[in-house]
Amino acid sequence: MAGLVLGLIAISVAAVVLAWKPALPPVPPVAAASFDRATVLHGETLARLGNCGTCHTAAGGRPFAGGKAVQTPFGAIFSTNITPDPATGLGRWSLEAFMRAMREGVSRDGSFLYPAFPYDHFRRTTDRDLAALYAFLMTRPPVSTQAAENRLAWPYGYRPLLAGWSFLYVRKEAVDETDRGRYLAEGLAHCGACHTPRDRWGAEVVDRAYDGAWVDGWYAPPLNARSPAIHPWTEEMLFAYLRTGLSPMHAAAAGPMAEVVRELSGVPEADVRALATYFAGLMADAPAATGGKTTTDKQSEADRMHPEGATLFAGACASCHEAGAPMMMQQGRPPLGWGTSLHVDAAHDTLHVIVQGFAPPVGRAGPAMPAFGNDFTDRQLAEIAAYLRARYTDLPPWPNLEQAVSDVRKEGGQ
Amino acid sequence: MISLTVNGAAQSVDADPDTPLLYVLRDELGLNGAKFGCGLGQCGACTVLVDDRPAFSCLLPIAALAGRKVRTIESLGTPDRPGALAAAFEAEQAAQCGYCIAGMIMRAQALLERNNRPTEAELRVSLAPNLCRCGTHMRILRAVRRAAAAMGGGVQESSR
Amino acid sequence: MNGLTRRSLLAKSGLVVVFASSGAAGAQEPEESANLPGDLDKYPFLDSWIRIDPKGRITVFTGKAELGQGLRTALMQIAADELEVSPASIELIMADTGRTPDEGITAGSHSMQNSGMAILNAAANVRVLLTDAAAWRFASSVDQIELQDGMAYGPGGLRLGYGDLAAGFSLHVMAKPDVPRRSKGRRLIGENVPRVDIPAKVNGGSAYVQDIRAANMLHARVVRGPSDGTQLKPADIDAVAKMPGVEKVVQDGRFMAVLAAKEWHAVKALRRLQAAGWERRDTPLPSIDLCDVIRKSPARDIPIFGYPGPPAPADARIVKARYSRPCLMHGSIGPSCAVALWENGNLIVWTHSQGVSPLRKSLAEFVRLPLERVHCIHVEGSGCYGHNGADDVAADAALAARAVPGRPVRMQWMREQEHGWEPLGSAMVVELQGALGRDGRIAGWRHDVWSNAHNGRPINAGGLLAGAELEPPFAPQKPQPIPMPEGGGDRNANPIYALPNASGTHHFVERAPLRVSALRSLGAHMNVFAIESFMDEMAHAANADPVDFRLIHLQDSRAREVVEAAANRFGWKRRVKGRPGRGYGFGFARYKNLGAYCALAMEIMIEPDSGTIEVRRVVAAVDSGEAVSPDGIRNQIEGAIVQSLSWTQMEAVTFDASHRTSFDWSAYPIVRFPSVPVSIEVNVIDRPGEPFLGTGEAGQGPAAAALANAITDAIGHRLRDMPLTSERIRAALRS
Ligand code: FES
Ligand code: FES
Repeated sequence: MAGLVLGLIAISVAAVVLAWKPALPPVPPVAAASFDRATVLHGETLARLGNCGTCHTAAGGRPFAGGKAVQTPFGAIFSTNITPDPATGLGRWSLEAFMRAMREGVSRDGSFLYPAFPYDHFRRTTDRDLAALYAFLMTRPPVSTQAAENRLAWPYGYRPLLAGWSFLYVRKEAVDETDRGRYLAEGLAHCGACHTPRDRWGAEVVDRAYDGAWVDGWYAPPLNARSPAIHPWTEEMLFAYLRTGLSPMHAAAAGPMAEVVRELSGVPEADVRALATYFAGLMADAPAATGGKTTTDKQSEADRMHPEGATLFAGACASCHEAGAPMMMQQGRPPLGWGTSLHVDAAHDTLHVIVQGFAPPVGRAGPAMPAFGNDFTDRQLAEIAAYLRARYTDLPPWPNLEQAVSDVRKEGGQ
Repeated sequence: MISLTVNGAAQSVDADPDTPLLYVLRDELGLNGAKFGCGLGQCGACTVLVDDRPAFSCLLPIAALAGRKVRTIESLGTPDRPGALAAAFEAEQAAQCGYCIAGMIMRAQALLERNNRPTEAELRVSLAPNLCRCGTHMRILRAVRRAAAAMGGGVQESSR
Repeated sequence: MNGLTRRSLLAKSGLVVVFASSGAAGAQEPEESANLPGDLDKYPFLDSWIRIDPKGRITVFTGKAELGQGLRTALMQIAADELEVSPASIELIMADTGRTPDEGITAGSHSMQNSGMAILNAAANVRVLLTDAAAWRFASSVDQIELQDGMAYGPGGLRLGYGDLAAGFSLHVMAKPDVPRRSKGRRLIGENVPRVDIPAKVNGGSAYVQDIRAANMLHARVVRGPSDGTQLKPADIDAVAKMPGVEKVVQDGRFMAVLAAKEWHAVKALRRLQAAGWERRDTPLPSIDLCDVIRKSPARDIPIFGYPGPPAPADARIVKARYSRPCLMHGSIGPSCAVALWENGNLIVWTHSQGVSPLRKSLAEFVRLPLERVHCIHVEGSGCYGHNGADDVAADAALAARAVPGRPVRMQWMREQEHGWEPLGSAMVVELQGALGRDGRIAGWRHDVWSNAHNGRPINAGGLLAGAELEPPFAPQKPQPIPMPEGGGDRNANPIYALPNASGTHHFVERAPLRVSALRSLGAHMNVFAIESFMDEMAHAANADPVDFRLIHLQDSRAREVVEAAANRFGWKRRVKGRPGRGYGFGFARYKNLGAYCALAMEIMIEPDSGTIEVRRVVAAVDSGEAVSPDGIRNQIEGAIVQSLSWTQMEAVTFDASHRTSFDWSAYPIVRFPSVPVSIEVNVIDRPGEPFLGTGEAGQGPAAAALANAITDAIGHRLRDMPLTSERIRAALRS
């Protein structure tokens, strides 16, 4: 508690000093035709790499019109309308205002933006790329819609505090564009926003970069030497995974990562490859890469330990996941034990996938799994998870499975 | 022997506990409504209601069903006394081969029991798990709209 | 088991099927005749089609099958109308090799043309015979006789039932040509009589071969590699035979099936056998685009058409385009299934095959029985849309049943088996070249189409999948082109437009890397897609409205009416052009240039970032000749449009060097509810007195083309290679 108070004071002091930022003058709406096509197309690639659409599009809403709730430990923040609508979107923002927002987290009117908008990453983006992103957004179809009010616990609704946050937490190191993978990962793609743990102020802990973190009730696994993956994440594997949502030696992307992959499927191959190279490098010393992991399938032991889980698995899961099932036989899909989610300390990701399932975008081929949330009781879900852990890993059983099930039910809106 | 409640009646069936409900309904209980389409949870031909929610019976082991209520299309009516949805499907002639229809009706039943005033978009999204290869979709939608009205509700135009 | 138990076996399942013995009710032999309508020409005896028993019960026979297209009801409607009875008083027997005429395959939208016309005219003949008999019995003249609801009424209150009358004459007489239809106008034809098969289908009744449940029946699963060209590695069969519930593992050459009293036990045994892994024995599948393979393969060149005309003037504008389509799947929602019973050296198969007679012949050779010992009875399955796994699963069931004489065997394919083994619709390439005169008219036209066969239906044991698995194997059927005017790969390659200086060639490619056969509309989907896309390209070059451009090249008056009806109902002239993302497209064809006419207009919206298409409105007009059931026609056209949009927009069979990788609905997605059109309106143009034209395949080509044309209108780029996916639209928008 003392730490909290001290922290708040520090932030408040910084806030008082820094809270004032000028509004930048509105500009007349810029004609879409005034942007050159190559720049716009480049901007589109960047928007996909930055995954802008995922946060700035509400379920069933128009692209980039905002309104999606982003859950943070401090409350719900609603994304803003970034279409060029003059009244409710970016229509009257100058490039300068846009760049300031991307780099300093300050809105055109001078108010501070919440760091759910990861400007601590975006700030490392070059002028040229920011201009292209601006060009792309300013050429989208304008949508008139007012963002919903954020719902934050006291005192976080007080925006000037954010100035202090920004002062204390935003890293200032320079941009190095020559390492493309690093430039993208650390900058626009903001991978650390999910995979790096945050402190109590919501800032990424710099010296624990990519140690794994919680996001939207999912556990984003470590992407460094602590990677618990069972097979090495080579550049090829990462490329396949980021591009198609399926690594032949691991598993399919689900949850928030599925959205990232969906966007990456539309960017130039070289950029995805650069990201793959970068993260393969970060994971070069992970146990799987150094021969420290083996796969296992202890079916009879697991059947004995978890007879109910075994029965449910045989009737529900085996039709796809057992060795003679079509998905395995015809498609050569990875066995369940190869997925990282069984090898991390929390059962949440495994349970999320069972409860919610996942599907490729409408009309496209890709890995799919039906949702079993309605089919099983909480206890049955816990049994299945326990069975999977016992059968496919050598790790100790997951503790508190019932709690994990109830977390997942809540987050999944079930 | 495993006990199950199907269409309000307690049943005890001679089947392995991991047997998917679909095979028990069709082969042990002689019910035709739930159909085998994929056995993979991808087509909805096997849709039934479990505790009033739609479920793929092809992937639902009977061991999971103790104390739960299973309903199939046979509980909604008969050709002589069709239920609201079946009557609407007949009125709209909403079938070609008809293989998908029982599953469609069960999914629509679950929707309308929860909300008999869905929007058109909600209706389409809620039927999305079920496939029809004959292209009967437009009629199926019409039939569900008609049934919603007959059940005292209706499908609202969604703003597109 | 005698006939009686057989009957009860099936009655139990709700499917009343009578196994006929012999004699008058037995299989029917075709005859020579004199130019009678439809298949009456092949089977001119009236009792091949219609029988009336002494109680007045009417039985009508057709060799065609109900496939969900509403044929049962339509044929009952025709017979009832002409015989002056209610449809409910008619029993219709469909596709049963023991009882019905051999009308070949239920395909090509021929059922109404062949069987419908036969029954209509047979019924007209029977009506005349009944009227004559009544006149003789009442000692009155024929004009004094009135037929109504199964009774003949004469002067002074005289009346007799059809049963009494029919007892006095034989229906085993040849039909007379040109017997007039009843004169008092139509009663049932043209009415929307509710389909008789629907109540069971929407109430969970027994309706499909999958629903047959017989005492003592065994459930079977066939065991195969993942797709054609592969086979399983040896597995521990003894261990599988000992698995709980497994009654038998049947092996015959490479053929293998597992039999169990409980279905789930058969499934589990199958999975266990499949876990052994598989290999490809055939040559590897091509690593490049299948369309390129087909385009470059050695081909047999078959001229399709040639219309004379002066060579195009030197200043004519030359337009060229190449279009392609990947392999497509039938993708029945219910995987193929058959029930077989082998008993006392006889084989009975309940099947959803589209051709019970050719199947019977193939099966007889396959299991080496004389033809008369094999009996195939059609029972509905899930919609099949052509030659899917129905025939193959019947053969699998027969082999399994032979191993357990006296026990009915229900053989059910799994989803991945249907996806992996069903014969596909061939990949195709069309190249078109046109010359546009300065007068804005087409002055030359050249159509080249490359395709594998569209006809691999079994005519002998080599046409059945398991035929290649037996030892020794049966030689595979040699793929054959289907001659025009029906055509296979060249179906509808012959444009309906009046074009001078026009010619076309079908480049028939015999060698097919993937197993192919008939898929609904055969080559018409692709040829109409290409021709109608190209008409728009030419119209664009001529700076003409696409509909006007079609009309100036169209002479057939029924064709013109259909085109105009679709355009007018849609409001084509009033459409607002140039709104961002919005596009309008038109497509038209007469199926095979012999069947139904169908034109349609479409409005779409494209979301530029994702390339997603939303089909907002489709308005179609169709002329199917005399419309027996207008709502039935609408149902078929609506279905054709939705199915074709799915094919055209998102479907492509994928494969790698070793096997097909489209093994389920996640790897081979088809349309789901959120992506179907917002509205479809079908306008039926009725032509009383004109021959019935089949409708089932009239909409696929026009819908595909209208979509392509609407996309072009919306984004200003033309996509010529199916599927017209959102990725391709996105890429085009960025090119
Ligand atoms: S059969 Fe159950 S979803 Fe397809
Ligand atoms: S009506 Fe045939 S699959 Fe839907």
